[in-house]
Amino acid sequence: MSTARRTGSARTTDIILLGLTVAFAILWMIPVVWVVTMSLKPNVELMRSTAGFIPWPFTIDNYFNLVKLATVPRWLMHSFIVAVSMTALVLIVSSLAGYAFARLDFPFKRTLFLIMIAGLMVPEQAVFIPLFTMFADWGMHNTHAALVAPRVAVPIGVFLMTQFFRAVPRELEEAAELDHASYFTIFWRIMLPLSVPALTTLGLFTFIFAWNDFLWPLVSATKAEMFTVTVGLASIQGNFAFSEGLGSVMASAVFASLPIVILFLIFQRFIVAGVAMGAGK
Amino acid sequence: MSGGGSPGRRAPGTAFLFLAPFFAIYAVFLVYPLFKGFWISLHDWELAGGYREYIGFLNYQDLWTDKLFWRTIRNTLLFVAMTVPTMTLLALMLALAVHGTGRLKAILRSVFFMSSVFSVTVVTLVWSMVLSADQGLLVPLWNALGIKPVNFLAHPLLAMPSIALATLWWGVGLPMALFLAALGQVPQELYEAAELDHASRWSVLRRITLPSIRHTLLLVVVLQIIGQFQIFGQAQLMTQGGPANRTRTLVQYIYDTGFRDWQVGYASAMAMALFLLMFGFSMLQLWLGRKGDDA
Repeated sequence: MSTARRTGSARTTDIILLGLTVAFAILWMIPVVWVVTMSLKPNVELMRSTAGFIPWPFTIDNYFNLVKLATVPRWLMHSFIVAVSMTALVLIVSSLAGYAFARLDFPFKRTLFLIMIAGLMVPEQAVFIPLFTMFADWGMHNTHAALVAPRVAVPIGVFLMTQFFRAVPRELEEAAELDHASYFTIFWRIMLPLSVPALTTLGLFTFIFAWNDFLWPLVSATKAEMFTVTVGLASIQGNFAFSEGLGSVMASAVFASLPIVILFLIFQRFIVAGVAMGAGK
Repeated sequence: MSGGGSPGRRAPGTAFLFLAPFFAIYAVFLVYPLFKGFWISLHDWELAGGYREYIGFLNYQDLWTDKLFWRTIRNTLLFVAMTVPTMTLLALMLALAVHGTGRLKAILRSVFFMSSVFSVTVVTLVWSMVLSADQGLLVPLWNALGIKPVNFLAHPLLAMPSIALATLWWGVGLPMALFLAALGQVPQELYEAAELDHASRWSVLRRITLPSIRHTLLLVVVLQIIGQFQIFGQAQLMTQGGPANRTRTLVQYIYDTGFRDWQVGYASAMAMALFLLMFGFSMLQLWLGRKGDDA
């Protein structure tokens, strides 16, 4: 029994497995390719047949009409405002609290940490009705603030930043301490610049979460001109009448997904890295 | 402030300033609503018109005898049972397949993760089209075979598996990433030793890989149970709970009761039931996790 033959057959198995994975990946992408294809076909053609993966006869009108109607671009703008401000606030609030838990000593530290972690066990469905009544009392529905505010205190964000700050070597802060720098200076000048990878990961996940948030925006943003793109698309889909044509609906879906897909392609390496950081206790 | 450098510096005033933003928002938008939700559940509380009357635990008593409530619980559990094992297995298989170096594997990782960044509305739009009986992706196939196209989403037995399929496609990225992270931490020496022993692929997987990532396996299963329990968008957008309530889930019933029928008292009682169920699962996770660490 020769080692050469073993490794030879192992290599063959490797190649077969990789081939199967590639085939599965192509199958995985087919629905997306098909939707993009439909978005590039005239609506009249789609009434006849939706089959095929080649956009022929080809048209870009579905996208032009989208921009001209301005409904979808407006939803996109709301999504951007909500996602960017939610991301910024989550990063600020989480890193401030994370620094305190990781580096400072204060009474009830353990208790406060447990109270914070307990928040992980509260599903949003348990609080969305009382939140709805609160914002209704304040007359604040159909505002950006209503979509952002309930999403800013994220226990997993504080947890992630605490873990990250704990792993930073103390020597880095000691020089600053000798200079009698304040804790805020140390946090701002030393800890934050070091935590760019952690902040990127947390920010990326928050942005994707905000962009795809569905249940809360569905109940809070009830006016069509205040829809986020996720809720807006649901409203088109709900009356599956396709009054504007199938191609236009598909174009809206592609258009709405573009920003988040581009963001993903740029920052994807932070996702696996970040998951490793969050899971490695 | 002197004596810096000792581990855990005492600075209560500063610490509370750092913590204040988080805990203020946390108290207003999570802790208070949780208690208010319970308070609302003790009332006959209508969203419109402002009618509210304290009725004690009557809503909970009504829940106990509400057939549709139990139906939605059953549907939700069925959905969890369909998605959690398949999602975990698929994520693990994909992670094993795309783990490693090289450009091709990096591209494959992106492909399988990318469907996770789409919003629930895009995912359900895509899959409603794919599975459609008159314009769907499979229609040419049915025609070629001479079979009448199947209307998956209106079929009493196929509707729920269809929603599960769309969910699988949507959600496999995160568990796969968790497995990838775990696979990256398995000590390389273990594999080298196995190679010297001429261990088969299967026995390496069973004896080295799986035991090394068992914590992640548990984490994925628990996260999936908690996540899939909250299913709402897919059922709401693909089947609207139909056919004949076969796919109506608990969160959907809460939403409909609260925001279509405006009975927020009753809806809150259901939300509390959901909270207790999920709290139970989280406790189970803590308990299992602690047990696993002792072993």
